[in-house]
Amino acid sequence: MTLTLGHFLSLGAILFALSVIGIFLNRKNLIVLLMAIELMLLAVNTNFVAFSYYLGDMHGQIFVFFILTVAAAESAIGLALLVLLFRNKSSINVDELNTLKG
Amino acid sequence: MDVKTGLFYVFSTVLLFAAFRVITARNPVHAVLYLVLAFFQAAMVWMLLKAEFLSIALVLVYVGAVMVLFLFVVMMLDINIDSIRKGFWKHFPLAALMGVVIALEMAAVMMKGFRLGEPLAAPSAMGQAAAQVSNTKELGKVLYLQYVYPLEVAAAILLVAMIAAIALTLRQRKDTKYTSPSDQVRVKSKDRLSVLKMSATQVAPAQQEAEPTTENKA
Repeated sequence: MTLTLGHFLSLGAILFALSVIGIFLNRKNLIVLLMAIELMLLAVNTNFVAFSYYLGDMHGQIFVFFILTVAAAESAIGLALLVLLFRNKSSINVDELNTLKG
Repeated sequence: MDVKTGLFYVFSTVLLFAAFRVITARNPVHAVLYLVLAFFQAAMVWMLLKAEFLSIALVLVYVGAVMVLFLFVVMMLDINIDSIRKGFWKHFPLAALMGVVIALEMAAVMMKGFRLGEPLAAPSAMGQAAAQVSNTKELGKVLYLQYVYPLEVAAAILLVAMIAAIALTLRQRKDTKYTSPSDQVRVKSKDRLSVLKMSATQVAPAQQEAEPTTENKA
C-alpha cells in the first residue's frame, strides 16, 4: 500500500475539520481562536504541498511560501490586537466585545 | 507497507492528536505547546513530500518565531480560564457532527478521486528525480524569476505588519519628560538668544550711589 495523493488530502481535510470544531468550542477564547486559524492555514498548506509534489508543479510551493508570509503577519497583528484588548478590558472573552453593538 | 507509509501514519497520528489537544486543552499554554508539536509534525509530513525548504522554514519561522510570540503573549496575559470555559461542551455535539461530516465527505471524495500513487512529474521540473538539483534551488529560481513582484509585495506586507504591531501596542508614559520635535524645529533664533545693546564703558560706582532712585526706575 503506497501513499497516494488522497492520503495527504484526507489528512488536510481532517485537520481542517478539527480546526472548525475548535472554532466552535473555543468561541469565547480569542487566543485559541487564533490558534485554530493557524491550524486551518496549516491544513491548506499541506494540501498545496501535496498537490505540488504529485503534480510536479513548483508553483504550489511558492503559494505556500506566500501563505506563510501572510499568516505570520496576520498572527503578529492579531496578537497585538489581543494585547491591546487585554489592556483595555482585562479579559479576552469574546462575549465582552460588544461595544460596537447598536 | 513501506517505510514512507509507516512514517506518514505516525506523523499524521501525532499531528491529529496534537491538533485535538490544541482545541481542547484547558490551559492556553498547553495549547500553544501542542500547537508547536502539530507544526513540527506537519513539517515532517512536508519533508515526506520532498518540500525540504518549506519544511525547514516552517520549523524555523513558525515554531521559532510565531509560536514563541504566541507563548509570550499567552504567558503575559492573565486569563481567567473558568469564565472562558463556561459552556465549553455546550455546542460540542453540533460541532463534532459538522467536523465529522466535513472530514468524511472530503476524505471520501479525495481518496476516490486522487489515486495518484507516483508523482506524474517531469523530473526536471521538480528537481526531485535528479538528486543533484535541490528543492531550495528550484524554489529560488521560480521565486526570483517569475514571482519577483509578489515577493516584494510580501515584503511590504511584513513591513506593514511590523509597523502596525508596534504602533498598536506602543504605550506612551505620562510621567516621562520628552521633547517635541515639531516644537523644536519651529523655534527661531530670536526665541533662544537675545542680543542686548549696552555701552562699552560703565559708570563709576561713586556716581551710581549718588543717584540710586534713577537706577531703580531704570
